[in-house]
Amino acid sequence: MSEPLLSVRNLTLDIPTGSGTLHAVRGIDFDLNRGETLCIVGESGSGKSLTSLALMGLLGKGIKRSADRMTFDGTELTTADSRKMRSLRGARMAMIFQEPMTSLNPAYTIGDQLSEALLLHRNVTRAAARARAVELLEKVGITAAESRLSQYPHQLSGGLRQRVMIAMALMCEPELIIADEPTTALDVTIQAQILRLLHDLGREMNMAMILITHDLGVVARVADKVAVMYAGELVETGPVGEIFNAPTHPYTRGLLRCIPLPGKTARGSQLGTIPGIVPSLVGAVEGCVFRTRCPHATMECRGPIPKRVDGDHAFRCIFPDGKRHDEKELTA
Amino acid sequence: MLHFILKRLGLAVLVAFTVSFISFSLLFLSGDPAAALAGETASGEDIEALRRLYGFDRPMLVQYGEWLWSALRGDFGESYYFKLPVASLIADRLGVTMLLGVCGISFALLTAVPLGVVAAIRPNSLIDRAALFISVAGQAMPSFWFGLILIVVFAIQLGWLPPSGTGTWRHFVMPTIVLGYYAMPAIMRLTRAGMLDVLSSDYIRTARAKGANETRVLFRHALRNAIIPVVSLAAVQMGFMLGGSIVVESIFALHGAGYLAWESIARNDLPTVQALILIFSMFYIVFTFLADVLNAWLDPRMRSS
Repeated sequence: MSEPLLSVRNLTLDIPTGSGTLHAVRGIDFDLNRGETLCIVGESGSGKSLTSLALMGLLGKGIKRSADRMTFDGTELTTADSRKMRSLRGARMAMIFQEPMTSLNPAYTIGDQLSEALLLHRNVTRAAARARAVELLEKVGITAAESRLSQYPHQLSGGLRQRVMIAMALMCEPELIIADEPTTALDVTIQAQILRLLHDLGREMNMAMILITHDLGVVARVADKVAVMYAGELVETGPVGEIFNAPTHPYTRGLLRCIPLPGKTARGSQLGTIPGIVPSLVGAVEGCVFRTRCPHATMECRGPIPKRVDGDHAFRCIFPDGKRHDEKELTA
Repeated sequence: MLHFILKRLGLAVLVAFTVSFISFSLLFLSGDPAAALAGETASGEDIEALRRLYGFDRPMLVQYGEWLWSALRGDFGESYYFKLPVASLIADRLGVTMLLGVCGISFALLTAVPLGVVAAIRPNSLIDRAALFISVAGQAMPSFWFGLILIVVFAIQLGWLPPSGTGTWRHFVMPTIVLGYYAMPAIMRLTRAGMLDVLSSDYIRTARAKGANETRVLFRHALRNAIIPVVSLAAVQMGFMLGGSIVVESIFALHGAGYLAWESIARNDLPTVQALILIFSMFYIVFTFLADVLNAWLDPRMRSS
């Protein structure tokens, strides 16, 4: 296999706070090949969004980023200067955000904002940029695309704005697109449309995609790879089939029991919950972060947890498959 | 946009009429104008004669209508004190006041907006603290005191600038600074607050995600949104500078319209006071209207509302 498009090793994000350092993201590793879709799943506050912003180099001031390696098509992002990052952002790696209502500048027309993405990176005329904008608005399923160019964000609905955001991300045909919960703020009826659109466009343009979500139903449909994030760590990563059919980490298994799966969950049966709350990540974080909510936790879980790798599948747990038989404990 | 402008224009005209009526009637609420005009030693007959002469005995609405009709044609009557047409009296003085006002607001905007932007880029930095100090000092210092300090230092001690008068541009340097410095703090604080707010917004992150550089993010994406409340504030302050530059005009002996207003009030020169109130109010209305139009151009959401 050729070199992965994106390769991340030991990505760590620390946020200094008044009461100590918040270890928001710790030791993230993953690879993403061209055309592949990676879904990062996890609860709110698990560090999914921070991880994606770190990849784009869009972290807020005061957040400390470190990594052994973070390469995009051979370019080391950790040492890239701001000019280099700007030339990648929007051109070769693009991002779609969670809040379509506020992610467009209220003062400029849709056409201006779409064209800007192209004009910043390509030496094209204004007219050519607008033509490209129309083409992409049509591609994301917006009718009367030409007339939308002169409209302002406040004249569009949330679903339309998110389509505009997607079109904007695609202006320069990026090789990587990061979508951070792109449908969370939208009506349920629109969510499926937008996700299908993203998925289809990704396939069509052979883009690699990182889709951040907490909707496992979405993951099952679109992912090639899944990364399960908990309290700032990737507790389990692997191909989508393995994660759904043979989840190893107790957290992944717990998550999967929280959602009904077609053909797997019996009618009338109770859905699972994961008792407890996410631990504080301020100060030293040692051992397994999930141990306070894990039914299998022992004294050993307080010690260092090595990452176990089995082909494409990796997890951080010292009791792998052995405990699968007593899953019932989790739902109690 | 045209619809918006017409609507605001209609509103401005309505406000102008209301203001003109209030300013006209205010003078009748302050006492008997005939008695005030006649002076303390006048007899009752003298007062009655004056009342008839100036038409104060007629119904107020009739007087207002007559006054307004003349005013619309540029005739504000004759000054009781100067015995000259009020219109030409004001026209002579207005130039200085308007020049001072334009210089003052330009000085305020040109210093306050950049300072506010820099302070917002680096909150709590040395520059931010310095800007805060400058603005607090500006708000705390009375204009007359600051003006006198400038005269002492730059006119008397250093001899760089003339202390008073209106001959050359150098005469306007100190008055501009004093007048502008008074308006600066509020503009700076509003710019800083607006920029801080806008810079943390999602669409700024979007602009960065597109690969826009910081200059473009700051000026094209952020400042345009952050400046909207500043435009409204600047319009009000501009109006204030024209009508309220009395202190500054007196310190530097500029004899503009503000100074004339003060003189006329002291001398009970009713036609002049009425005309000045009307003109200053019109300035406010015009500036507010212009600010609304500018804001509607900056912020498309305002056009539709």
